[in-house]
Amino acid sequence: MYEGAVQNLIDELGRLPGVGPKSAQRLAFHLLAAETADVKRLVNALVEVKERVRFCAICGNVAEESECRICRDARRDAAVICVVEESKDVVAIERTREFRGRYHVLGGAISPIEGVGPDDLRIKELMTRLSDGQVTELILATDPNLEGEATATYLARLVKPMGLKVTRLASGLPVGGDLEYADEVTLGRAFEGRRSLEF
Amino acid sequence: MYVSHLQLADYRSYESVNLELEPGISTFVGPNGQGKTNLVEAIGYVASLGSHRVATDTPLVRKGAERAVVRAAITKDGQRAVIELEINPGKANRARLNRAPVTRPREVLGFLRTVLFAPEDLALVKGDPGERRRFLDELLVARAPRFSGVRSDYDRVLKQRNALLKSASAQFFKRREPDLATLDVWNDHLATAGAELLSARLELVAELQPLAAKSYSELTTSGGPPVLQYRSSAAPDESDLPADRARLADLLREALAEVRAQELQRGVSLVGPHRDDLVLSLDDLPAKGYASQGESWSCALALRLAGFELLRSDGDDPVLILDDVFAELDAERRRRLAEHVRHAEQVLVSAAVAEDIPGELRGARFRVQEGAVERE
Repeated sequence: MYEGAVQNLIDELGRLPGVGPKSAQRLAFHLLAAETADVKRLVNALVEVKERVRFCAICGNVAEESECRICRDARRDAAVICVVEESKDVVAIERTREFRGRYHVLGGAISPIEGVGPDDLRIKELMTRLSDGQVTELILATDPNLEGEATATYLARLVKPMGLKVTRLASGLPVGGDLEYADEVTLGRAFEGRRSLEF
Repeated sequence: MYVSHLQLADYRSYESVNLELEPGISTFVGPNGQGKTNLVEAIGYVASLGSHRVATDTPLVRKGAERAVVRAAITKDGQRAVIELEINPGKANRARLNRAPVTRPREVLGFLRTVLFAPEDLALVKGDPGERRRFLDELLVARAPRFSGVRSDYDRVLKQRNALLKSASAQFFKRREPDLATLDVWNDHLATAGAELLSARLELVAELQPLAAKSYSELTTSGGPPVLQYRSSAAPDESDLPADRARLADLLREALAEVRAQELQRGVSLVGPHRDDLVLSLDDLPAKGYASQGESWSCALALRLAGFELLRSDGDDPVLILDDVFAELDAERRRRLAEHVRHAEQVLVSAAVAEDIPGELRGARFRVQEGAVERE
């Protein structure tokens, strides 16, 4: 145990995801040795992120105004909504430049073990968005793991009466990889989702 | 296939041991508590990534050591593969194949296949349904490693569903409306994952039946042959179980709907492959509770031998391990068992006294004493 402030800092850093007690200690001593100006900059960044960043009132993505950049962009197709778990998934899909529709960030996936149910996710907001009849297709892009699949199934059942087109992202082989390195589950899914080649 | 080399570091009682093995029969003889079983357990671990004696990895690491290492060279059709497993209790285990690390230890499954006979096998007949489910699932994984993934997917669905039921039942007892909006989703996933496991188990039981009956008749002339009947928690009658996976999933879904009220009260999943049993009967009577000690042993051995024959029919011979079983058997059963197994490509036998090992199983002999293994 260290004295007062140092131990305090170690404890606080240790609460961050992926930071264990040893890393927390290393970070704390790094900060202790750093220039005051550098530490001030970090402090400002931390304060600013809490003060300025909020969540988009429409899609739940991180934003600096009441609505995020994508929701404000009139060129984006309002007829297609892509549902993802986290804001970082929006960034990942944006990098592809393939998708021109809008997003909806759920804020997680259904996982009873962690006590996350549908009410803890932004599903009510999604239903409100879908009710105005503007949306024709819903793309379910939750993670391809059990919890993500369960969330996708739940949403698909929920919106079924609305008669929208509901699609799920395909899972399969990574591009540029070797078939032999794919695990059985991925390869099995790729077989299930195979397409006919047409010329 | 056969294990040509075994090396252990900080595994159970062994600080370090290095062993050259040959195809054919090898016997390990030494007083109790000297580490015979630890040797064969380690070989079994390479094949199944689990011990036949304990459910967790912690006891496998020598007292005072941080991790245990098991390295085995396996020769198959003249080709040699070296598998190295680092057992880190409480952390992720690591595996290497031919010195190259693999992403998941699961990837080394299938290189070595073993069939292990141990005194604990009596539990196959006399023990809880869990013992028999484990027997079936381990055999499935040995035949097709992908079932290791199927099994863990199912376990994960089950955990999530049980968590949901538990919180719902807590609300139920507080007379609040339980939040069940997602239960149907979990039912769906349980039915799909469960049907895959269930259909594989049903197929396996059908294949095991004739082999078990044949092995039993070769071991003993009294009673039998044993009848294997898979009892599903989703259908009380075996004949109701369809072979088709989609229809099995429907069956599970229906059964789950039926027990919903009970599940909410108890807060656990009551239907699915995790509640099933393999019922063994001899002469129309359940072996559990009715069979004599000798008959129970014959039945347990017949199941293991059936597993061996099945793996053998898929391709090459699995390594046969007989851990301390001869002491449990009478002279006649010993002789018949020995006769049955002596032609396998590699047979590893452990016994406290050399006299327990039938004359048919002569081969290389190792002496195990105080954590050291020496060839005689």
